[in-house]
Amino acid sequence: MQDFIEFFSFTDANIRYVTLGSVLLAASSAVVGCFTLLRKRTLVGDAVAHAVLPGVCLAFILSGTKNPFILLIGAFVTGWLSLVVIDYITSRSRIKEDTAIGLVLSVFFGIGILLLTAIQQTGNAAQSGLDKFLFGSAASLIGEDLIAFGVVAVLLLVAVVLFFKELTLLCFDQAYARTIGFPVRGLELLLTTLTVFAVVVGIQAVGVVLMAAMLITPAAAARFWTENLKVMLVLAALIGAFSGIAGAFVSYTAPSMPTGPWIVLIVSMIAILSFALAPGRGWIARILRQRRNKTRILEENLLKLLYQLGELRQDYDSARSLEELLERRNIPRKEAIRGLQKLKRQGYLQKEDKRWLLTPEGEKRGRRVVRLHRLWELYLTQYLNLASDHVHEDAETIEHIITPELEQRLIEELNYPDLDPHSARIP
Amino acid sequence: MILQVKNPVVEVHDLTVSYDRKPVLWGIDLTLPAGALVGVIGPNGAGKSTLIKAMMNLLPVSSGYVRIFDQPLKQVYSRISYVPQRESVDWDFPASVFDVVLMGRYGQLGLFKRPRKADNDAAMEALEKVGMQGFANRQISQLSGGQQQRVFLARALAQNADIYFMDEPFAGVDIATETAIIQLLRLMRDEGKTVIVVHHDLQSASDYFDWVVLLNMRLVASGPTEQVLNQELLEQTYGGKLTLLSKVGDLLRKQEFPAREKS
Repeated sequence: MQDFIEFFSFTDANIRYVTLGSVLLAASSAVVGCFTLLRKRTLVGDAVAHAVLPGVCLAFILSGTKNPFILLIGAFVTGWLSLVVIDYITSRSRIKEDTAIGLVLSVFFGIGILLLTAIQQTGNAAQSGLDKFLFGSAASLIGEDLIAFGVVAVLLLVAVVLFFKELTLLCFDQAYARTIGFPVRGLELLLTTLTVFAVVVGIQAVGVVLMAAMLITPAAAARFWTENLKVMLVLAALIGAFSGIAGAFVSYTAPSMPTGPWIVLIVSMIAILSFALAPGRGWIARILRQRRNKTRILEENLLKLLYQLGELRQDYDSARSLEELLERRNIPRKEAIRGLQKLKRQGYLQKEDKRWLLTPEGEKRGRRVVRLHRLWELYLTQYLNLASDHVHEDAETIEHIITPELEQRLIEELNYPDLDPHSARIP
Repeated sequence: MILQVKNPVVEVHDLTVSYDRKPVLWGIDLTLPAGALVGVIGPNGAGKSTLIKAMMNLLPVSSGYVRIFDQPLKQVYSRISYVPQRESVDWDFPASVFDVVLMGRYGQLGLFKRPRKADNDAAMEALEKVGMQGFANRQISQLSGGQQQRVFLARALAQNADIYFMDEPFAGVDIATETAIIQLLRLMRDEGKTVIVVHHDLQSASDYFDWVVLLNMRLVASGPTEQVLNQELLEQTYGGKLTLLSKVGDLLRKQEFPAREKS
């Protein structure tokens, strides 16, 4: 708890820098990740992330220092090289892109680990900390590192704002972009470069192994909440920033703990919550929708039953017992009772000593369902030439979803009919 | 019956296009007149879309060239407009109908510049022309097939081009949309624009187009509708696949032969 207060009061300048750095890195890679996601090139991001490692190691071996600018250049070079190799393999051989990505990812990462191990065994004192690139360490984001990575992160955000229109069109409709004279090759190159840079700056905080999650997960989570690309970018940035802060906190309170897995866990939690809770697209919204449909079907079936009984007996004004209803239609007893009581609360039914009676509103709704059922049966026999004994099942579902506008058109197309295919009157 | 015109708006010269070394279009020589409503017609796999895409420089060509307004495509981007097949994009993209139509103005705007008020007006006007003004703020993921096609058409209209290339604009749309689209295309032709349409329905072709291009891996015919749509030419287009042509194509692919010797 004390750590928590100490961290979030931001009195320590170091903490301020580390937090600022993490937020910048996570937000910028999340924003770039949105375009990678929409362009359906997410796996490429993963390949680049892994391919960055040999570059970092080579840059260290050649220069002998841990100067962030030099390491950045090394990372950039091999990250880029991996993309070139993937493109080359895909265009010049029968190997498909996913296979090419798998090949390149493992080869580059393998070489990276090899080099890293070699460096560690030389006993060079300067090498300590290089392994942080594997799983990330937000707490080491200070001084020169912060400036280097921060500048790149800000440049990334500026580039996305500048090229927003172009990148959007590239992701939505590349062929069209070409026909209006946009330099599509150049824009592709730009997006690839942005992706590589996003990976390169992010690895300091998250590490190469888990960097892909930083690129993709915030974008995927944000997509659940909005249908507007600008809002999606902002949301992804916020989600990224939040996980960045969390990562910085963990890294500060437990310095031996790698930051990457924590950041990834937190951002994944947000993603899972989004999948579940988001309105419209989320699981829960979907379950609720299905539940609503089910109760609606049950209620309308009960009203229909009561109406049909009235029709049968030529008497809409007497109450019917539950048994009478269940005799005509197989509804689980408990469900039926629950449905009836709900309809009573809604004012569609009255209860008279354990028997049920339609109110005028209930009768109207019941009649409408019966009407829609018979209209649809008629439509199927007339327009789809279905046999009249095959149309009932279909109409059982359709009767619940036809809107008043569709009902009107149905009646017009059927030329105001009186009888359904079974010669029952259409009310 | 391949009629070449003087002062064509589109000139296709000796165009051969291959997929994976197998030629799907062989040596097309074609000229189209200005101000016509042109239908490109042929059976499935005849290379209709391929021809349009090759004209739009979206595919590498094995030989030949395309000139529009007597200039290479690169010089005339601002005067042409392309309507891709509806299925060519993912409609589950976070954008509204208006966003997509506004893309029609991007070409004139150029890089970096943001859409201005005038561009918004042009986009809205284009939406009105296709009868979708009430859908401006609708998410594109909620549109029906016919509505998607109208949105693509509106995007093309917003470009204010002189020549339009449309890939299967009538595929999978409802009858109301089809009627609305053909009326719009006729209006555009009457304003002096040239409209080239890939079309798969022979029945309506004679009614819709003034000029017809019959295609089946090679150019069968090109000329005014009433001269081209006759029994003999249609049989040449639809009847009997050119199995020999197809076999030679397969051979080129298998042997990894170039479609043209390097000159």
